[in-house]
Amino acid sequence: MADKFTSKIPDGPLAQKWTKRKSEIHLVSPNNKRKLEIIVVGTGLGGASAAASLGELGYNVKIFCISDSPRRAHSIAAQGGINAAKNYQNDNDSIYRLFYDTIKGGDYRAREANVYRLAEVSAAIIDQCVAQGIPFAREYGGYLANRSFGGVQVSRTFYARGQTGQQLLLGAYASLNKEIAAGTVKSYPRHEMLDLVVINGEAKGIITRNLVTGQLERFGAHAVIIATGGYGNTYFLSTNAMNSNGSAALQCYKKGAYFANPCFAQIHPTCIPVHGDQQCKLTLMSESLRNDGRIWVPKKLEDVEKLRKHQIKASQIPEEDRDYYLERRYPAFGNLVPRDVASRAAKERCDAGFGVNETGKAVYLDFSEAIQRLGHQKVAERYGNLFEMYEKITASSPWEEPMMIYPAIHYTMGGIWVDYDLQTTIPGLYAIGEANFSDHGGNRLGASALMQGLADGYFIVPVTIGDYLSKKFAEPKTDVNRPEFAEAEKAVQARIDRLLSINGKETVDSIHKELGHIMWEYVGMARDKAGLEKAIGLIKDLRKRFYENVKVPGTQFEFNQELEKALRLEDFFEIGELMARDALNRNESCGGHFRVESQTEEGEAKRDDANYMYVAAWEYKGEGVEPELHKEPLVYENIKVITRNYKD
Amino acid sequence: MEFNLKIWRQKNAKAKGHFETYHISGIEEDASFLEMLDILNEQLIREGCDPVAVERGCQSSGPVSFDHDCREGICGACSLYIDGRAHGPDDHVTTCQLFMRHFKDGATITVEPWRSAAFPVIKDLVVDRTAFDKILQAGGFISVRTGSAQDANNILIPHDKAEESMDAAACVGCGACVATCKNGSAMLFVAARVSSLALLPQGRPEAKRRAKAMVAKMDELGFGNCTNTRACELECPKGITVAHIARLNREFLKAKFSD
Repeated sequence: MADKFTSKIPDGPLAQKWTKRKSEIHLVSPNNKRKLEIIVVGTGLGGASAAASLGELGYNVKIFCISDSPRRAHSIAAQGGINAAKNYQNDNDSIYRLFYDTIKGGDYRAREANVYRLAEVSAAIIDQCVAQGIPFAREYGGYLANRSFGGVQVSRTFYARGQTGQQLLLGAYASLNKEIAAGTVKSYPRHEMLDLVVINGEAKGIITRNLVTGQLERFGAHAVIIATGGYGNTYFLSTNAMNSNGSAALQCYKKGAYFANPCFAQIHPTCIPVHGDQQCKLTLMSESLRNDGRIWVPKKLEDVEKLRKHQIKASQIPEEDRDYYLERRYPAFGNLVPRDVASRAAKERCDAGFGVNETGKAVYLDFSEAIQRLGHQKVAERYGNLFEMYEKITASSPWEEPMMIYPAIHYTMGGIWVDYDLQTTIPGLYAIGEANFSDHGGNRLGASALMQGLADGYFIVPVTIGDYLSKKFAEPKTDVNRPEFAEAEKAVQARIDRLLSINGKETVDSIHKELGHIMWEYVGMARDKAGLEKAIGLIKDLRKRFYENVKVPGTQFEFNQELEKALRLEDFFEIGELMARDALNRNESCGGHFRVESQTEEGEAKRDDANYMYVAAWEYKGEGVEPELHKEPLVYENIKVITRNYKD
Repeated sequence: MEFNLKIWRQKNAKAKGHFETYHISGIEEDASFLEMLDILNEQLIREGCDPVAVERGCQSSGPVSFDHDCREGICGACSLYIDGRAHGPDDHVTTCQLFMRHFKDGATITVEPWRSAAFPVIKDLVVDRTAFDKILQAGGFISVRTGSAQDANNILIPHDKAEESMDAAACVGCGACVATCKNGSAMLFVAARVSSLALLPQGRPEAKRRAKAMVAKMDELGFGNCTNTRACELECPKGITVAHIARLNREFLKAKFSD
């Protein structure tokens, strides 16, 4: 598969690479597009925008999602905003600067060419979204408003209150609806992809389970696009939606698609802290809050004691007794350091005993200074719905007392390996959005996930897929009666039969929670060799117990949420193990991946460019066999690779 | 805290439904309503109850099916009619953001699915809301092709207009308005989309077609008429007001008169 594992980055100067690639891509004429079928799995920003755009181009598209409607995809929960190099603020922003910030923010583990293209198309995304009627925040003159996000020194983030993801998704979903009405896209809600069908080495279809009837169904196409998001729910507790899962991506991996940098998971610094064992979901508080909120813990341990005993309130602690540790440690960026840096700093303070809630795992995010400076109305306009959400959950008002926050799993930078065209190592199989690995390196900057999902879906994959399909228009429609489909369906059926026949004593969720504990403990914010080796063993044991003692009630041929969860958990075991293996291999600290063995005297992350400046792409070798590591070296021709510094 | 839960159970769309009552204890005040249902399901699975066991004479139908996803009030997946109110007793929240501290310890809580002819039950508390997708497919969009847009700042939108449009755009498509309306009307849902786009210059070229097509589709799909009871506004988790219904009516009449 060596020939398929080339990044295919076009030659020439960075700024001309995308233009050059586009000029080389073969076109498909309108009458031939009508003959071609494309499957899109997932209806978040990537999937919905890709399906709508491909439908507009005249292809026949089928789109699948596990929810009752495409509009429920987890992109909807993104709060803060979307970046674009518009330079509307005249603050010297540019495509280059967005590119630079993203590469640096990713700790020099993303491809230059991909990231530059992302920055290049970013402006067109905003144009497209405004044309769709997305009500972005406006200045009084009617022009678009911007705000700042972590890891950057310009204001390039466009937003719609704290519901930017919702609005962008409803825009993409509206375009999708337009194409569904036009008949170019057919929508299959409540369908879960359970296998990829590969014929003669090329992706030709999928096997799904109809989640209402339980029937297995076969769908064929000339190409398949995976847009199913990340695998953060491996940790059980995360900010991901409960049904978000890594199964579609993992099935592709098992069919030959390489999986890249699985250990790069983002831990978001501003989430509502865990309150107890009964919790199943963590709630994010948007990073945009760090624009005006100041993060602190008490300087004195006796204040911490009193806070935990509810003898004093945070607002009673005088200014001089507060440790604004981000402003202290990183004066140049202050509260707006990137997420990985902010998360580790919070962990450092809490580990030192300064955590402010009963569990000792929380820090303050304080708006009192902002309320004084900006006034109630301005603050309400910017963050009103987030304050309300916080109060609903915690029964404490951020208008009166600071919020309590703690880091939580939020996003996965790793994903299916793709080349510059977003094609995987399986020809005809593409991966876009969070499902691929391509643009964020070791750490994603805030407001860049929405940008990447829409860049891939609106502007990149609809172009690059043409190159592949231009050679396929003479091929007849894929026949789903071929033996490859029958075999794939049989394998899925066997998985289901096995799960339903175990009839043990433990629930799927209770086992998933245990997996989450293993992951958070050993593959969480700080990782070391012994812990990672232990994790791999523990996951293997847990998986064995799962197959011996899980209880999946009900039958296949009904709406059966426990069966859905059990199938996903099978895949989370595999992903969790792969994450630990990748983290073990990468003996450096880089972005969201912190190896205890690799840190400076001050406790900052220490990268090892000499040995690890590569993309780790894993190839599946079969059940119980260690996967094979392939390395794609990263070459930086336009950026000087330096130690990330947010101090000065 | 402990509760008695009286929950609607229905095997599938065709089956006849019934209530089953369960006792649950050890619930934290800070647990959400859906976390409480998760705990109930764990309990029911451990007790060995499932739909197959029912056929053997088991008293309980096993884990309760309910729609949910983001658990932070934005995806619109969760529904539930709790003690006679859509999304339960707290105001302006979806069920996933309803917390057990809003209930009295020891209370009996009745949980039902959305009940509306246009939202048939799939199983237990899960209903089929694809009718909403169909309404939006009838015209809830601006017909712009990817790549045709002009520079975003060429379209000026006054701050207050954008905010008002955003108020309507906050709709999560949960269906509480329909479930709570005695006529089963989807007027608030349709109005939110029509109004959000009608307030923006980009939405004007198709405003007439949109209002007519969406209203016609709503009627066709079996939703009832609006009789201005304003119940929908009261139960909307996103606080969308009937002022948007007034705008929909204006848009619809304008479109009709210009025919």
